[in-house]
Amino acid sequence: MAYINDFKDPILAQRLLIKTLKLENRPPNTQNTTTPKLENCPQTFNIMEVCGTHTMSIYKHGIDKLLPSYINLLSGPGCPVCVTDTAYIDMAAELALQDNVIIATFGDMLRVPGSTCSLSDMRAQGMHIQTVYSPLECIALAKDYPDHEIVFLAVGFETTTPVIALTLKSAIKESLHNLSMLFSLKTMPHAMENLILDKSVNINAFICPGHVAAIIGTRPFEVLSETYQVPMVIAGFERLDLISAIYTLIQMKHDKYYGCQNLYKRVVKPEGSLKALSLIAEAFEPASSSWRGIGTLPQTGLTLKPSLSHFNAALKFNLTLPHAKVHPDCMCGDVLRGLKKPIECLLYQKLCTPSHPIGACMVSSEGTCMNYYKYNS
Amino acid sequence: MERVTLAHGSGGIESNRLINDLFFSYFNNEVLCRQNDASLIKSISGTLAVTTDSFVVSPIFFPGGDIGKLAVCGTVNDLCVSGATPLYITAAFILEEGLNMCPLEKIVYSMAKAAKKAKVKIIAGDTKVVEKGKCDGIYINTTGIGVLEGYELSQKLEVGDQVIISGTIGDHGACIMSKRKHLSFQTSLKSDCSSLDEITKRILDISSNVRIMRDPTRGGLATTLNELLAYTDKSIMVYENAVPVKEEVQSFCDLLGLDPLYMANEGKLICIVSKEDSKKVLSALHQHPLGQDAAIIGEIIPDSSHKVYLKTSLGAAKRLSPATGELLPRIC
Repeated sequence: MAYINDFKDPILAQRLLIKTLKLENRPPNTQNTTTPKLENCPQTFNIMEVCGTHTMSIYKHGIDKLLPSYINLLSGPGCPVCVTDTAYIDMAAELALQDNVIIATFGDMLRVPGSTCSLSDMRAQGMHIQTVYSPLECIALAKDYPDHEIVFLAVGFETTTPVIALTLKSAIKESLHNLSMLFSLKTMPHAMENLILDKSVNINAFICPGHVAAIIGTRPFEVLSETYQVPMVIAGFERLDLISAIYTLIQMKHDKYYGCQNLYKRVVKPEGSLKALSLIAEAFEPASSSWRGIGTLPQTGLTLKPSLSHFNAALKFNLTLPHAKVHPDCMCGDVLRGLKKPIECLLYQKLCTPSHPIGACMVSSEGTCMNYYKYNS
Repeated sequence: MERVTLAHGSGGIESNRLINDLFFSYFNNEVLCRQNDASLIKSISGTLAVTTDSFVVSPIFFPGGDIGKLAVCGTVNDLCVSGATPLYITAAFILEEGLNMCPLEKIVYSMAKAAKKAKVKIIAGDTKVVEKGKCDGIYINTTGIGVLEGYELSQKLEVGDQVIISGTIGDHGACIMSKRKHLSFQTSLKSDCSSLDEITKRILDISSNVRIMRDPTRGGLATTLNELLAYTDKSIMVYENAVPVKEEVQSFCDLLGLDPLYMANEGKLICIVSKEDSKKVLSALHQHPLGQDAAIIGEIIPDSSHKVYLKTSLGAAKRLSPATGELLPRIC
């Protein structure tokens, strides 16, 4: 349990914040007339935090309110709920309507709007939809309901995938034939590359997802930062982690150091988790993936290996990709790419609220719009 | 082992046996045991307080309590924080066919124990049994009656009034979450389920300037503070550093992406009192076992938008919104 409180320390965090502010010799969130020391640049320094947990932590601690005005924090596409495509929810809804099917899902997915309704609406109408905290619970569910098909909604990034692979392994070991999954698994490095290459987005630096790095290691991020000359840090999730990430990125920019620094060494090893990586490699192979509001991106997803295709619910139930209906004013895609702030969306706080979400970014506790609404409205 | 059957709710011999052997035996008091269709109570002088609440907690047994203790303490606390002295409680049970008598007896025993501790009498009740699968073991509704013996809380806030919490927050919510089916956490989390009658009495005895008291149950501290501001023209600033949270509760919440400010409490109260009296109220709380971790966590500010703000440990002021939707864990 070492470090459990060290990185929460408010005094240390405040001291580091003051040091961060002194880097530009300007008070927080004010435009002043003193000459900036750093490259004489009043221009904005756009830092994207990719992971939803980072977004949540930044807003919760109020870090966004305390930074120099030239720092612009952008939230990226790292919340698995936010990036889930409407068509995926529609397919899950179609499955929920089938006789003898139990949908097992992480709780956050319940309220994501589909074309006509959310899974939460369907549960209220009597469809059997069960919330789980871990995919492994599906093993017990499959045994408890031998006459039903358990369909797990397999969404998430590299962090969730190893447990999903482990669940498939357990199902094989236990000879369970009534468990399948609807997959929309995503991977981060190529999604980040896509953002770097996107000319409409101007990201100057990245706070890389700490949990993902714990699985895949530091190398993929090092390659990205070196290839595209973008400063990156891998950071943890406490207030001290995040302020030190921002402090380090400003210094890296100042020093023109383009690499990836690992500030989360207490969790992230350079090689990642070999055990988790081997579990992923046993069950999955790279594929393209569809991202809400962004579209299909190559090499940003995982698909089941052909030998395991009997676990693929889309094949088992012969599902075809539906034509999803999305509210024309929903700006989730632009928000997820850092192009727009939630407040710039026409629906934000008017039609789209946490009680009545229209876009997925307003659903999850890690969603950009949800955090913006919760802490800033 | 004997189980509850539909016959126990049919009003016949089995129902009577259940009522006599279990409920009358544990809740034993002269008003209840007269066995009238309606219990008759002597006239009570003064302003009366009435409250009702239903309890459907799952699991029904948890570290620090069970659904029975919760059903009594929950209603007692609603009376206490209204400034009333709890006098009587009624209890209605909805039982699921097949429920074991043994846990039912434990629940009834713990209701009797909690009622005795809070000096209230359970004077009326009802039992219904529903078919297996139509409810989750046992649901309990309790209604409470109390009388105002001191002054009526003004509910009017003044700038500078201090916000006090009687102890650590989130204990009950975190405990219940950790014991949910399939969530196999090994923790030392314990519910704070307890009656607040002694500490509300101490507070009201020592200060005549208590504006509002509330128990921050569902939705936690953040939601309750928002609720109590609804009909005022003031706002509250909460100081994050000052809010007491047990380390195990904080760690559990960190793991699941939850916030203790939104986790339920079942043995805590919020007291808003004049600045002049705040120190002596705090001191009185510290002298009671249930108030040892009490702290001043915020104050009333002159912002007429009736919002709750949080001054974070870093010094930023953020809006503290009421809870929305279900409390759900994050998925990565």
